[in-house]
Amino acid sequence: MTDLIVLAISCILINNILLAQYLGNCPFLGTSKKMETAVGMAMAVVFVLVLAGVITWIVDTFILKRWDLEYLRTIAFILVIASLVQFVEMFLKKSIPALYAGLGIFLPLITTNCAVMGVCLINIKEEYNFIQALVASFAYAAGFGLALILFAGVRERILLARVPRPLQDTSIGLITAGILSLVFFAFKGMV
Amino acid sequence: MLEATLVMLAIGGVCGLVLSIASKIFYVYEDPRIAEVEGFLAGANCGGCGYAGCSAAAAAVVAGKAPPSICMVAGLESAIKVAEIMGLDPGSAEPMKSVNECLGGVRADDKYFYNGAPACAALAALWGGRRVCTIGCLGLGDCIRACRFDAIEMGPEGYPVVDEARCVGCGVCEKVCPKNIITVRTMSQRLLHFNEEDDALAPCRQTCPAEIDIPKYIGQIREGDYEGAVHTIRERNPLLLTCGRVCPHPCEDYCRRGIVDEPVSINQLKRFVADYEMNSGKRLPIPCAPETDKKVAVVGGGPAGLSCAYFLRRLGHRVTIFDAMPELGGIARYGIPEYRLPARVLDWEIQGILDLGIEARCNNKLGRDFTIASLRREGFDAIFLGIGAWSDYRLRVEGEDLDGCWQGIKFLSKVAAGEKVKVGPRAAVIGGGNSAIDCVRTLVRLGVREVYLVYRRTRKEMPANEVEIEAAEHEGIKFIFLAAPVRVIGDENGRVTHLEYQKMELGEPDASGRRRPVPIEGSETLLEVETVITAIGQRPDVSFVEKDPDLAKLKVTRWNTIDNDPETLQTSIAYIFTAGDAATGASLVVDAIGGGRRAARSIHQYLNGEPVKGSPKSLRKRHIPESLFDDVPGVVRSKRTPMPELPVEQRLDSMVEVDLVISEKDALYESGRCLSCCRLCYNRETEQQENQGAGQDGSSEDAGRELEEATA
Repeated sequence: MTDLIVLAISCILINNILLAQYLGNCPFLGTSKKMETAVGMAMAVVFVLVLAGVITWIVDTFILKRWDLEYLRTIAFILVIASLVQFVEMFLKKSIPALYAGLGIFLPLITTNCAVMGVCLINIKEEYNFIQALVASFAYAAGFGLALILFAGVRERILLARVPRPLQDTSIGLITAGILSLVFFAFKGMV
Repeated sequence: MLEATLVMLAIGGVCGLVLSIASKIFYVYEDPRIAEVEGFLAGANCGGCGYAGCSAAAAAVVAGKAPPSICMVAGLESAIKVAEIMGLDPGSAEPMKSVNECLGGVRADDKYFYNGAPACAALAALWGGRRVCTIGCLGLGDCIRACRFDAIEMGPEGYPVVDEARCVGCGVCEKVCPKNIITVRTMSQRLLHFNEEDDALAPCRQTCPAEIDIPKYIGQIREGDYEGAVHTIRERNPLLLTCGRVCPHPCEDYCRRGIVDEPVSINQLKRFVADYEMNSGKRLPIPCAPETDKKVAVVGGGPAGLSCAYFLRRLGHRVTIFDAMPELGGIARYGIPEYRLPARVLDWEIQGILDLGIEARCNNKLGRDFTIASLRREGFDAIFLGIGAWSDYRLRVEGEDLDGCWQGIKFLSKVAAGEKVKVGPRAAVIGGGNSAIDCVRTLVRLGVREVYLVYRRTRKEMPANEVEIEAAEHEGIKFIFLAAPVRVIGDENGRVTHLEYQKMELGEPDASGRRRPVPIEGSETLLEVETVITAIGQRPDVSFVEKDPDLAKLKVTRWNTIDNDPETLQTSIAYIFTAGDAATGASLVVDAIGGGRRAARSIHQYLNGEPVKGSPKSLRKRHIPESLFDDVPGVVRSKRTPMPELPVEQRLDSMVEVDLVISEKDALYESGRCLSCCRLCYNRETEQQENQGAGQDGSSEDAGRELEEATA
């Protein structure tokens, strides 16, 4: 149990997918202008990542490893994740329209998200078992959400500040992301 | 290798199968129009419209949350196509443009010292902003930062200025503005807006019955942009040549400069730009919204009808004007004499309105040549009644039907139509209004040497415009005040020889606040005249209502006017609207023009199937109390430009126009006298120089301080 908690903390803070591993930077900059959007995106990522992490772990363990086809991992995962997102979108639209209304527009964006793909590949590389893969996927997603929401908060404040013209918008966003990333380095060595 | 291919095929197959089954199971009906609409959007997923991608925007359009013109990349053509799919009035598919109504900026005083975040949103949270004006621009430029097209920049006076060429109408600025001072509207929406309690309105603009943006067009004249000024006036008043000549300019009574100095000569400036356009030899183009398939019949081609037709046409509807007289213009042509409003000027103005694509059928009288039912059969969706007030009140004295007796409007319209009118060498006109003055001044021009104006009160109580009374005095009219006609005396041939009147004295004030004339017993006097004209007021001729069984439900007031809702001008029959003298009784041309536009708004709502209603905040010529001052500090007294007039000797015996247009130099001088007022702000003159310097220093200091704050 302690192992799992440690794993979760390390995934959320120390190896934060956005600020320590630098994956999924496009939604990080693209959807962080408004808090509302950022929260929607974070929820969608949590939702998709947990499902994707679990499904890809199953595909890898029971199909690819059995026939020694690990070299097909990337292409197989892309196929699986893409179909999964489409499936989830359809499912939500029909069954939970309220949730679809909240997440709907973000789901297609995640289809080709490197953070999702990255987490699935990390799960396999670290040779996690099923429970560990589940916890790690959730924790990485939570870390993604944490960083995104923090960043959105900062960017909303930046809007009120006087930013020199050449540094406005994305430019100041990247600088802020860098500083935020440095802050997260403080967690290194915690576990 | 074979294994790998098979496994990938299998995975792919399973995925495909699951998805195809899922799409059956989880099928949700989606409006097919969403896909159609999306086809006409740019597909750039730019997010400029404020929705996350084109499909989200398309869904919003279909859900009615966004207008068809939402896509700023695809432009007007796509908007029209989208409106078609949605079955919407393409009128709403016009391009949107951002407008900043506030000219205030740093002109208003501050309530408190503000040293916080340099953002309007933050400032608005503190007592609605630091300026004393509750509605005005905060001047910290949230809209400028929000605009993705660099279309707004901070003007030198500290308020944002919109570059119309760059503005795509995305509406972001409107969303971020915490004071609703920057608005994004289509032309139609602007045409349909009426003064509201929380608009940025100068006192003159609140008073004008047509609600013209007076400070804006005077500002444009000052900058030499005469065409812009014409456009500004035309957004509210299509008859600027007419109004520039005959309007009694109630706006000038509320001119803020007038409180401490002579008011700005607003109407002469209007006439100056109107004449400028006419004399320039070309007509400025007037934009109209895309065509709709709705047809409106405008009955009566006077000021109200022309105004209503003009605005409906600009909103894209198909309009036909019906008029009983041989030519359009109504009372402006047949009631206002040639020397005040030459027919050639009126012709030019009316032609410009008809050129928008309005059909006119003259010599067509309601109740004689057509009925409301026949109009409905012809396919008119709504009907506007602007039939005016053409029925003269009668004196009800003995002998008023003798040969030589006339009624005001009948007399004036006969003269205006160019018919020969037989008048004697001496004439008396009874009445004290503008029509009476028009009659006496016309008589003088017809060669009558002795013209009397008989009025039962005194000069002070005369309802006619002061300038008109003065002009009549210059032209040698003899005024007989405090005299009430008792009877008209004729000879054995039934021709008028005398007018007998009784002298009056003023008693207690009556309901209208004027002192009631009381007859003096035994004071009957005879006045030798061969012509007597009664011009004591007019009322609408509503005889067609009784003749037409379809109109049984049309309510008529006890003053013979057609009853309507004062805000929407809709009558008791939903598809009939009315304005002008027919609804108000004899009144000003400019009142009729404002009424015509108000009716056009209601008709537009009615045609689009929307509820016909105005705004609960509608001002309707009421004034905003905080905008009316007792004292106006900071005004340097300056002379008002006098009205250039034809000398009296040239006026008599001819119908040549009396009032002349001011020169360009005078127009520039007069426009410079305007204080550019808004609700509270105005340009102070005495301290202008020092203030400008200090203001600029102050603002740069402010900016420095704010920057420090922000970076600290």
